[in-house]
Amino acid sequence: MNNILQLVWLIPLLPLVGFVINGLGRKSLSKNLSGIIGSAVVLASFVLSTLVFMQVKSGTTASLQYFNFLELSKLKVAFDFKIDQLSSLFLLIITGVGFLIHVYSTAYMHDEDGKDFAKYFAYLNLFVFSMLLLVMGGNYLIMFIGWEGVGLCSYLLIGYWFRNTDYTDAAKKAFVMNRIGDLGFLLALFWLIAKVGTLQFDEVFSSASLAKLSIKDITGITLLMFVGATGKSAQIPLYTWLPDAMAGPTPVSALIHAATMVTAGIYMIARSNALFSLAPLTQTVITVIGLATALLAASIAIKQNDIKKVLAYSTVSQLGFMFLALGTGNYVAAIFHVMTHAFFKALMFLGSGSVIHAMGGEQDIRKMGGLHKHMKITSITFFIGCLAISGIPGFSGFFSKDEILSGVFSHNVVLYSLALFAALLTAFYMFRLYIVTFTGSFRGTHDQEHHLHESPKAMTIPLIILAVLSIVGGYVGVPEALGGHHELALYLTPVVKSAEHHLTHGTEYTLMVVSTFLVLISILFSWLKFRNYKIEADAKGFGKILQNKWYVDDIYQLLIVRPLQNVAGFLNKIVESKIIDGAVNGVGKLINYGSRQMRWLQSGQVGAYVLLMVIGMLILFFIQLFL
Amino acid sequence: MGNYFTFPDLLIWLPLLAGFFCFFAKEEKSARLTAIVFSLLILGVSIATLFFTNDTKYLNYNNVNYIWLKYLGANYYIGLDSTGRMLTLLTATVFPLILIATSKTTIKNAASYFGLIMLTQAGLMGVFMALDALTFYFFWELALIPVYFLCSKWGGESRIQATFKFFVYTFAGSLLMLIGIIYVYLHTGTKGFEDGVIVNHSFSLASFYNANLSATEQNWLFVLFFIAFAIKMPIFPFHTWQPDAYDQSPTSVTMILSGVMVKMGLFGLLRWLMPVFPSGVIHYKNIVIILSIIGVVYASFIAMMQDNIKKLIAYSSIAHIGLMCAAIFAMNQIAVQGALIQMFNHGINIVGMWIVVEIIERQTGVKKISQLSGLASTAPVLTIFLVIIAFANIALPLTNAFTGEFLMFSGLYNYNKWFAAIAGLGIILSAVYTLNMIQKVFFGSTNAVTAEVKDISLNEKIVLMIIVGIIFFIGVYPQPLIELTKDAVNNLLVRVK
Repeated sequence: MNNILQLVWLIPLLPLVGFVINGLGRKSLSKNLSGIIGSAVVLASFVLSTLVFMQVKSGTTASLQYFNFLELSKLKVAFDFKIDQLSSLFLLIITGVGFLIHVYSTAYMHDEDGKDFAKYFAYLNLFVFSMLLLVMGGNYLIMFIGWEGVGLCSYLLIGYWFRNTDYTDAAKKAFVMNRIGDLGFLLALFWLIAKVGTLQFDEVFSSASLAKLSIKDITGITLLMFVGATGKSAQIPLYTWLPDAMAGPTPVSALIHAATMVTAGIYMIARSNALFSLAPLTQTVITVIGLATALLAASIAIKQNDIKKVLAYSTVSQLGFMFLALGTGNYVAAIFHVMTHAFFKALMFLGSGSVIHAMGGEQDIRKMGGLHKHMKITSITFFIGCLAISGIPGFSGFFSKDEILSGVFSHNVVLYSLALFAALLTAFYMFRLYIVTFTGSFRGTHDQEHHLHESPKAMTIPLIILAVLSIVGGYVGVPEALGGHHELALYLTPVVKSAEHHLTHGTEYTLMVVSTFLVLISILFSWLKFRNYKIEADAKGFGKILQNKWYVDDIYQLLIVRPLQNVAGFLNKIVESKIIDGAVNGVGKLINYGSRQMRWLQSGQVGAYVLLMVIGMLILFFIQLFL
Repeated sequence: MGNYFTFPDLLIWLPLLAGFFCFFAKEEKSARLTAIVFSLLILGVSIATLFFTNDTKYLNYNNVNYIWLKYLGANYYIGLDSTGRMLTLLTATVFPLILIATSKTTIKNAASYFGLIMLTQAGLMGVFMALDALTFYFFWELALIPVYFLCSKWGGESRIQATFKFFVYTFAGSLLMLIGIIYVYLHTGTKGFEDGVIVNHSFSLASFYNANLSATEQNWLFVLFFIAFAIKMPIFPFHTWQPDAYDQSPTSVTMILSGVMVKMGLFGLLRWLMPVFPSGVIHYKNIVIILSIIGVVYASFIAMMQDNIKKLIAYSSIAHIGLMCAAIFAMNQIAVQGALIQMFNHGINIVGMWIVVEIIERQTGVKKISQLSGLASTAPVLTIFLVIIAFANIALPLTNAFTGEFLMFSGLYNYNKWFAAIAGLGIILSAVYTLNMIQKVFFGSTNAVTAEVKDISLNEKIVLMIIVGIIFFIGVYPQPLIELTKDAVNNLLVRVK
C-alpha cells in the first residue's frame, strides 16, 4: 500500500500545471474555465493529500528522492520530499483551505477582465505550489525554494492591482521585508553546511550531526533561522509588511494569513525542533518576541477601523501566540493553533471579503453597521469565527489557545498573565469588529444600503464549511483533563515531542475556567461599549498612538529607510562621481596637462634638441661616475 | 607537438571569416544575415565541443599548437578546458541571441558594424582558448579594439567621452599586464619548446605555471595582472568606466560587453593570475575579497539611486561581478564552483535585461526610469519576461542565478562568515532596486511616453523565450552545469594550494 506515497510529486505538480495553463492560456480561456482549472488542480491535490494523510496516519512515512539538485564534493542536496506526520498535516491545511479560497475567488473576482482573472488564478496556483514545496521538501534547500517562492507570490498578488502605486508599494515592502528575513535563514543554512556539511533534515537532526555542533553553533543557527521566521511569519521587528499586505484582493489575504506564507515560519521551527530544543537562549528570545508581538498587534487592532486591518493585526497577534508556544517548547500546541487559526482566520477574511463585496468596495467599519439583517450567512459564520478566535469553550480556538496558555503557565506565571491579557484583548477587538459591523444600524450611504445583499453561493458555501471546521476543528486535540486523548499530539509524536505535563488536571480546570470567565467579561465589555456605536472623533492621547500603530512604520522610516537613502545618495553624489570617478578623470587630465607641458620638448628647433642631448649626456656621465 | 588543426579551432576562425564577409557585404540585410548564420554555425561548433572532451588530458586534448614567433618561443597555442568550454559556449549562445533580438534596429554602415561585431567574437573566443600568454594578449586586445570602434562610431550622444575613458582605462590595464607577461616570460625555463630551435624562454601556459618567481616578484606581478583584470571585470574602485560605457554604447555592444566581455577579467583570474602567482594570491586574497565585497554593497547602494535604467543595470552588474570575484578568491571548492556557473548565468540574464531595455528604448526613446510608467498595461508580455529575468537577476530560487549565488555565499561563509554576512546585504539591496525599477517602469498607469508602446515582436519573443528557458532549465537542474566545470575547479585549487 505504498502506492499513494509514490504519487506525492503530483501534489505540488498539479497546482504548477494549473499555473502554467492559466498563465499561458490567459487570453483564450473563458473566465469559468480558468476558475474551474485553478480550483480543480487544488482540489485534486487535496484529494491526494487526504489519501497521503490516511497513509501516514496508518504509520507509513516516506522520503522520496527525485534527482540531485546540487552535488559537489561533500555537499549533496537532493531534490527530495519528506512525507511524514508534520508535512502531511500541513498538506491538508494548505490544499483544503486553499481549495475553499479558490472556489470563493471564482465569485469574488468575477468582475475582473478575463485575462486578469486567469492571471489571478495562475498566481494563486503558484502560491499553493510554492507553499507545498516548502512543507514537502526533505531538506532545507528545497524548503528555502518554497520559502522564497511564497515571497514572490505574495509580491505578485499583493501588487495584483498594479496600477495603484500604494498597492505596489505594499507588495514591494512585503518582498523586501521577507528578503531581510531570508538573509538570516540563508546564513543559518551556510552555517549548517560549514559545520555538518549537509542540509538533509534526516542527517542534520541525527545525533551524529548534532554532536558536531557546539551550543554556540546551535544558538547561532537557530537565532538566524528565527530571523527568517520573523520575516515570513510577521513577528517583531519584521511584521509591518503583513498589515499592508491586505492591499491584495481579499481572498489573497485569506490565503496569506491562513493557509500559507505566515505559517511557514512556524512550520520551519517545528520541523527543526531537534535544533531549537537544544538552544535555550533562542527559545527565550522566541518566547519574548512572540509574546511582545501578540500584545503589540492586539493593542493596535483595538483602534483600527479598516475591517481587513483589524484582521491583519489579529493574525500578527495570533502568530505571536504560536511563537510563544514554540518558545516554550510546546510544538504540538503551536501546530494545533496553526490549524485552528487557518480555519477561523480564513473564515473571517473571506467573511470580510463578503462584506466588502456587498459594500461595493468599502472597508471602513465606521460606515457599516447592521449588516446582519442583510447578509445572515456571512454574519453568522463571522460570529462563529469570533467565538473561535476568542476561545469560547467548544470552539476550536478554545482548545488550541488553552493548550498554549497552560503550557506557558507551567513555565512562568508572569508570561502567562501577559499572554492571557493578549487573549482578552483579542476577544475585545474581535467583538468590537463584529458588533460595529453587523449590529446596530447602517451608517453608509443610501446607495450602499440599497445595494446590500448576501454573496453568491460560491462565496457562502466556503464560509459555511470553514465555520463548521472552526467549531469541530478543535476536537482533534481535546486534552486529557477534559477526557480526550489529544489525537493530534499522538499523531505528531514521531516528529515532535509533546511538551511535558507539569500541571495537574485540577490546575488545568482552574486555568480554563479563569480564562473563559475573563474572556466572557471582555466580550461583555466590548458589547456594552460598542452596541450603540456612533462614528467617533479621531482618537486622542493613547488611542491615537494605537490608531497610528505605535508609529512603528514612521520610526522605521526615520531610523532605517531615510538614513540608508542618505547614505546611498552620498555615495552616489559624492563618493562615486566626485572621489572615485573624479580621481580617474583627474589622472586623465593630469596626463593631458603634462603632455601639453612637454610639447616644448619637441619644438622642432635644432638648438633645443642639441641642448637636451647635452643635458642627457651629462646626466649619463654623472650616473657612470657615481655608481 | 600539438595539432595544426582541430575542430574547436573553428570557434576562432569562423567569426574571423564571418567578419571578413560582413565587411564586404553590400547591404545591411546581407551583412546581418551573414552574421546571424555564422553565429548559429559557431553555436553548433561550440555545442559539439561539449561532447568531445577528455578530462584526463586536461588541456592537451583537441588543442592546436603551431609556431608563431619562432625565436621568441611564442606559439599559436589554443585549447579548451572545461572553463573554456563553458565560456565559449556562453559567447556562442549570446551572439546569435543578440543579433536576432536587435534585428529590428536599423544600423548605418551595417557592413562594418557587423564585421566588427564578429571580430569581437573571434577575439573573445581566442581569449577563452589561448594557452600561450602572447596569444592570450593578442586576443585580449583583438576583443577590445573592435569594441572601441563600435562604441565610438555607433554609440549615444556623449559616446566619444565615454569610449575614450573606457579605452584608455582598459588599455592602460592591458599594458600593465603586458609588462607582467614579459617579466614572467623572462623567468621561464628553457624546456618549453621542442622544435629543434633553441629558445631560452617560452610564453606557453605550462612554462608560465612553472616560471621561476620569488614570492616578492609574484606579489608585484600579481598587482600588475590584477589591475588589468580588475579594470576589465570591473571591481571597485576600478569600475567607473563601465556605467558610462554601458550607457553610451549601442545596445548590442553593451550586451557583448556585459554578457561576455566582463567574463574575460574573471577568466583571466582563473587561468592566468591565480595559477601563475599562487603566493601572490595568498598574499593579496583578503584585500581582493574586501574590495570585492565593498563593491557589492557600494554598487548596490548606487544602483538604488539611478534614474537611468542602463546605469542601474550597470551597477547591478558591478555588484554581481564583485561577488564572483570574492568567491573566486575565497578559494574553496564550493565558492569557486559557484562563481564559475554564475559567470554563465550572469551572461544569460544580463543579456535578457538589455534586450528588454533595448525594446523599451527603441519604442519610447526614453531610458529614464522617472519618465516611464505603466508598461505592464501596454506591453504585458514584455513585462512578464522582464519580471522573470529581473527575478533571475536577483537570484530567486528555481532560476539559474540562485544556485550560483547560493554556492558562492556558502563558500564565502566557509572562508569568513562576516564576509558572507556583509556581502549578503547585496541580496536585500538588489531586491530593493530591482523592485523599485519594476514598479516605476512597468506598474502604475501609463503616461504620454508609454501609452503607444506596442508589445514585443515575434523574434524578440523567441529570443526572450530561449533566455527564459535557459534560466529555468539551469534553475531547476543545475547539476549539468556544475559537472561541466567541476574539473576546472579541482585543477585550479590543486595549482593554487
